[in-house]
Amino acid sequence: MSTFAPSTIDLASPPDRQAPAVEVRDLRKTFKRRDRKAGRFARKRPWPALADVTFTIARGECVAILGQNGSGKSTLVRLLSTLLINDGGEARIFGHDAFKEESTIRRLVNRVSVEASFFKKMSAAENLSYAARFYGMTPRQTRAGVPEILTKVGFPAERRGEAMESLSRGMQQKVALARALLTSPVLLLLDEPTTGLDPRSKLEVQDFIREVRKEHDATILLCTHDMAEAEALADRIGLLDRGRLLFLEPVEDVKRRFGVETLEQAFFAATGREFVAEEGEDEDDEYREVFA
Amino acid sequence: MSEYAIELRNQLVGLFGIVERNAYLTKRYFLWDLAFMVWTIANTLTIVFIARAEHLPAARENTLATQLLVGATIWAFLGIIFEFMTETVAWERWEGTIEYTFMAPLSRFVHLFGQGAYAVLYGLIRATILFFAVAAFIGIHAPQANYGAAFVLLAVASLSFIGVGIMTSVLPLVSPEKGAQLGFVAQGVMLVVSGVYYSVSVMPVWMQWIAKVSPATYVLRGDRNSIIHGTGLAWADVWPLLIIAVLATPLGLAIFRVGERYAKRHGKLKRSG
Repeated sequence: MSTFAPSTIDLASPPDRQAPAVEVRDLRKTFKRRDRKAGRFARKRPWPALADVTFTIARGECVAILGQNGSGKSTLVRLLSTLLINDGGEARIFGHDAFKEESTIRRLVNRVSVEASFFKKMSAAENLSYAARFYGMTPRQTRAGVPEILTKVGFPAERRGEAMESLSRGMQQKVALARALLTSPVLLLLDEPTTGLDPRSKLEVQDFIREVRKEHDATILLCTHDMAEAEALADRIGLLDRGRLLFLEPVEDVKRRFGVETLEQAFFAATGREFVAEEGEDEDDEYREVFA
Repeated sequence: MSEYAIELRNQLVGLFGIVERNAYLTKRYFLWDLAFMVWTIANTLTIVFIARAEHLPAARENTLATQLLVGATIWAFLGIIFEFMTETVAWERWEGTIEYTFMAPLSRFVHLFGQGAYAVLYGLIRATILFFAVAAFIGIHAPQANYGAAFVLLAVASLSFIGVGIMTSVLPLVSPEKGAQLGFVAQGVMLVVSGVYYSVSVMPVWMQWIAKVSPATYVLRGDRNSIIHGTGLAWADVWPLLIIAVLATPLGLAIFRVGERYAKRHGKLKRSG
């Protein structure tokens, strides 16, 4: 572990060395959603975001879950982050029940989502310190750890005092990565971490994900609709479509199974549809329209 | 170090983190806070000038002005506490950090108490400035005032206010659109039954019964007595506040937990856009 690792991971319930990093069995989550075509006052109907999803991730493995917007990727990440309660099935992280042992899970997991999400008036260093306090890192630890982790993610350390709102999207996403890694999680959940980044920033973030895996012995679950990214980073690739996990296997096995050359072709063979990442059609939309 | 000691240490560091973050934000929004302070002073003046408009003898006018000023100051103090508590969720949702905060290994009690502790600290400073600024502007004389007792009683009452504030902080979790505004409804209702600008005895009997369970009743009564008559800390005002604090905090936490589970079940524990 690096110098920025906090003491909190060594607590009462350390990760079970024998158990898989992630074990998901028949996991279900249903939201209620209004059919837009039926009008604003139509009754909400159950809409399965995840339907009986089952998979396992070994310790140290990097697994990518591919899916179009609205396929259930973010729901899966939020269930594993203790931000949602399941409607059925189970999820275990290093042997701990994700829905009954929340405080233990929270010490093992961190995430990076598509939106960088910071207090915009606060600086990168202040935002990182704020997040690190929750994991028991004192001001003395963050004084040394924050510049170190920012340098590692390629963020210019001299800009750490600038307000987040003055940083580019790529810079903000690097700070988001730093926030996740500052707490040395043993399971890192990456939900579209490079979406919206310019090609150079995208490559930098991908390089850093490889480095994290190598140096920190972290298990990574990468949810993305970027097939090239999934192929470049993951040991195995899964396809989540309309809440159902259609397969999860090494990329070559996927291509062999469907007798195709590319993952796009594999998606078409598996679903009968073209793989299109429709902008703004994810499971958040129903909720977000309230604030529009 | 035992695992409990480590956990306690981590929670204390987390508590410091909440207070530290609020201090950063106060620093960043200082000019806005200054503008808000001017508004609060102006608003309080509109209330305290009512005493002048009554054309009473000087001593009676001074007493009425002080009574109104104490009410307006407590109103402003409570406003800060309720604002901070409802913003525990609303602000983080707006900034987008809510998911990161709620998935962090910080106990909900420490999280909410930290927010309340900063609100009390910040509210006490603002209330002090407000009281003395308006008193100086109007020319209120309080030669017998026991400010120490008034301040201590307000600090004791803060524990109850945090407990009630925790109950209201759940509202934006349940209703992202209107929950924050409902917190101010709770503040208004609490003050109206507590005799904010008048004696509790002028209200209907049923309202007087409700006043007995409101912490604001005791702090308004005690602070008026301390500032107008110079009385010390009265046990009759302190013990109800302690009992309400002991009951309100666990009740508030229990209500928040129910709200948090509801939000997690229905997917409402997330950023606003």
